Amino acid sequence: MSAKDRSKEGSMKAITANRLRDGEVVFLGEGGRWVESFAEAALFPRAEADAVLAPAKEKAEREQFAVDIYTFEVVEQDGVPVPATMRERIRTAGPTVRLDLGKQAA
Amino acid sequence: MNHIAPGARAGIYHYDEIDRQFVAERVEQFRKQVDRRLSGELTEEEFKPIRLMNGLYLQLHAYMLRIAVPYGVMSATQLRKLSAIGRKYDRGYGHFTTRQNLQYNWIKLEDTPAILHELAEVDMHALQTSGNCVRNVTTDPFVGAAKDEVVDGRVYAEILRQWTTMHPEFTYLPRKFKIAISGAESDRAAVRIHDVGLLARRNEKGEPGFSFYVGGGLGRSPFVGKLVREWVAQEDFVAYLEAILRVYNQYGRRDNIYKARIKILVHELGLEKFTQEVEEEFARLRGPKYRLDPEIVEGIRKHFAPPPFEELPDHSESLERARAADPAFANWLAVNVAEHKAPGYAIATVSLKPAGGIPGDATCDQMDLVADLAERHSFGELRVTHVQNLVLAHVKKDELYDLWKQLDAAGLGSANAGLIGDIIACPGLDYCALANARSIPLAQAISARFADPLRQRTIGELGIKISGCINACGHHHVGAIGILGVDKKGTEYYQITVGGDPTLTTAIGDILGPAVTETEAVDAIEAIVDVYLANRSDESERFIDTLKRVGHAPFKERIYAAD
Repeated sequence: MSAKDRSKEGSMKAITANRLRDGEVVFLGEGGRWVESFAEAALFPRAEADAVLAPAKEKAEREQFAVDIYTFEVVEQDGVPVPATMRERIRTAGPTVRLDLGKQAA
Repeated sequence: MNHIAPGARAGIYHYDEIDRQFVAERVEQFRKQVDRRLSGELTEEEFKPIRLMNGLYLQLHAYMLRIAVPYGVMSATQLRKLSAIGRKYDRGYGHFTTRQNLQYNWIKLEDTPAILHELAEVDMHALQTSGNCVRNVTTDPFVGAAKDEVVDGRVYAEILRQWTTMHPEFTYLPRKFKIAISGAESDRAAVRIHDVGLLARRNEKGEPGFSFYVGGGLGRSPFVGKLVREWVAQEDFVAYLEAILRVYNQYGRRDNIYKARIKILVHELGLEKFTQEVEEEFARLRGPKYRLDPEIVEGIRKHFAPPPFEELPDHSESLERARAADPAFANWLAVNVAEHKAPGYAIATVSLKPAGGIPGDATCDQMDLVADLAERHSFGELRVTHVQNLVLAHVKKDELYDLWKQLDAAGLGSANAGLIGDIIACPGLDYCALANARSIPLAQAISARFADPLRQRTIGELGIKISGCINACGHHHVGAIGILGVDKKGTEYYQITVGGDPTLTTAIGDILGPAVTETEAVDAIEAIVDVYLANRSDESERFIDTLKRVGHAPFKERIYAAD
C-alpha cells in the first residue's frame, strides 16, 4: 500500500535513515526495501511502527546500509501524507532556501 | 605544493616535510578506516568519533565536511582547490563559517578520503574541526595589514596549531576548546566569547605579551571570558596555556555534556580559585622545557613576512576620481574598506551577504573569481572572517575601483560590512541535524527588507546574528540584535535579544520579550530599527549606545504593544 493510501487510516509513522556510503536520506518502503523517495515510503500505524523499526534497523546496520534509523510522524495535508515536522519535511524535500538541491530538485 | 612562490606573494605559513608527512599519513589512515566501516569491520559507534576527528559530520541531507582554514588565512591556490572540490564532490558551492572555516554540505562518505587527499596537495585538511580537542585557532581577519595592529596574531596562532596538533593531553578534552587571538587595538576576533581569548600587546620595552581571558562562550549558558592574567610574556605563552588546559583536563565535567565546557568550570570554581589552580600549575610547568624559544618564534614570523609593498603615496588620485564619479563605489569604499598600515594600500572586505542571499555561501565560480582577484590585487592571499565574509588585505588604493567592479559583477560587491545587512546566520534547520528552526530564510528576509544601501548606512553599525538552536553557532547572544530560533509544538518561533556586543566591551544580549513568528520577526526588527532612529541623539550614536541610554522599554512597547 502506498504512502498516500495508508495515511488515511489514521495517525501514521514512516521509517527513515541516512544511507551509510553517501548520507542520502532513505525511507523504508514496501517489503523492507529502502527507497529514496518519501512517496514510496511505507506507512505504519503508530502502534506498529516500533515493532517494524527494530528488525529493519538491525538488518540495515548488519548490512552496513544505513545509519541513524528512526521513525517519524506523518500527517495528511490536502489528502496527501506529509511529514509532521519541519525537520522531516526538509529531509524529505531538501533545503527550503535552495530549491535546486536535494530530492525536490530531481 | 606550488602556491608559495617567491617574490610577489604575501607570507603564508607553508608546511615542512614533517607536517606534510603527518597530514598524508592521516589521510591514508582515514582511507583505511572508511574502508573498514564500509566493509563492516567497524560499527557506526566505533567509527563516529573517528570521522568527527576528520571533520566529517552526518547532517540532514548528507555528510558535511568542515575544512580547516588555519586562523582564517589562505592562498589563492588553496581557495581554487576548495572551489575544485566543491565542483567535483559537492554541489558547486561552499559555506564559510563563524569559525573562519569552510563547510561542504553534500559530501559522500566514500568520497571523503579522496577529498582529504586533494586537500593535502595544498597543505589543507579537516583536522581539529570537530571533536573534543583544541579547534582551529581564529584571529583578526585584518592581521598583518591593519593600521591599529600591535602584534601579528598569525605567528602565535601557528605556534598553537603546531603545539596542539595531536598533542596527547589535548586530544580527549572534556569538551571542544576554542581559542581566539587579537593583536590589534580593535577586537575583530570576538576574543572574549572563546574558551581562551588572547589579547596580544607590547610592554614598554616593546616586547610582546598576552592578556589571558578564560571561560568565555555562547551556547546554552553564555559567559563573557574573565581576565585570568593581565600579562604573560612571550616566553611563557605556551606554558600558561598548557597550565589552563591541564586544570581544565583535571577538573572539567566529563559527566555532563552541558557542563563540560571550561566556562562552566570557571563559573563553578570561581575566578579566584580557578586562577590559583592555573598559577600553581604554571609554576610547576615553567622552565626550559616550556619556554618558547625566541628563535622558533622568529622562524615562524618569517613565514608571515610582509609582502613586497611598493612605496606609494597614501593619497590616490585615481581612487578619488572614481569615488566622485560612482556613488555606489563611494558607498562601498566608505563601508567595506579599512585603513592599511602601508601607505597607498587598503583592506577590502568582500561581502558574502547580498540582499536576500544566504550568509556565508559562495559558489565555486565566486571562489575562483576571488582567488583570481587575490592573485591580481592582494599578493595571492585572502582571509575568511568570523562574520562569514572574505577579506583581501593588501589592495593598492589605485586598484580598488577595478577590484570592486569585478566583485560587483559577480554579486560580491555589497556595501554592508558591519551594517544591518551583514547578518551572521548558522545553517539552521535547512541543513543542520541539531537545529530547531531555520536561520537562513529569516536572514534572507531581513537583508531583503533592508536592501537599500543608503538606508543601511543611515542606520549605521548594527550587527544581527541568528542561530537556529541554543548551541549558538550564529553568535546570537552577542548580536546588537540577536535572534534565536526555537520550536514550539512544531512551529518555528524566534526569540529576539538586544544589546549583545562581540567586541572588547563584550556583552550578552537581553531577551526583549516573548518569541515571535518568522513574519513577525522581520517586522519586529524593522520596528526596533525605527525606535532606534527615532531615539538616537544624533547620527553618530550607535544602536547599542542608544539602547543603553533609553533602555528596553520603548522597543518592547513598539513590538508587543498589541499583546
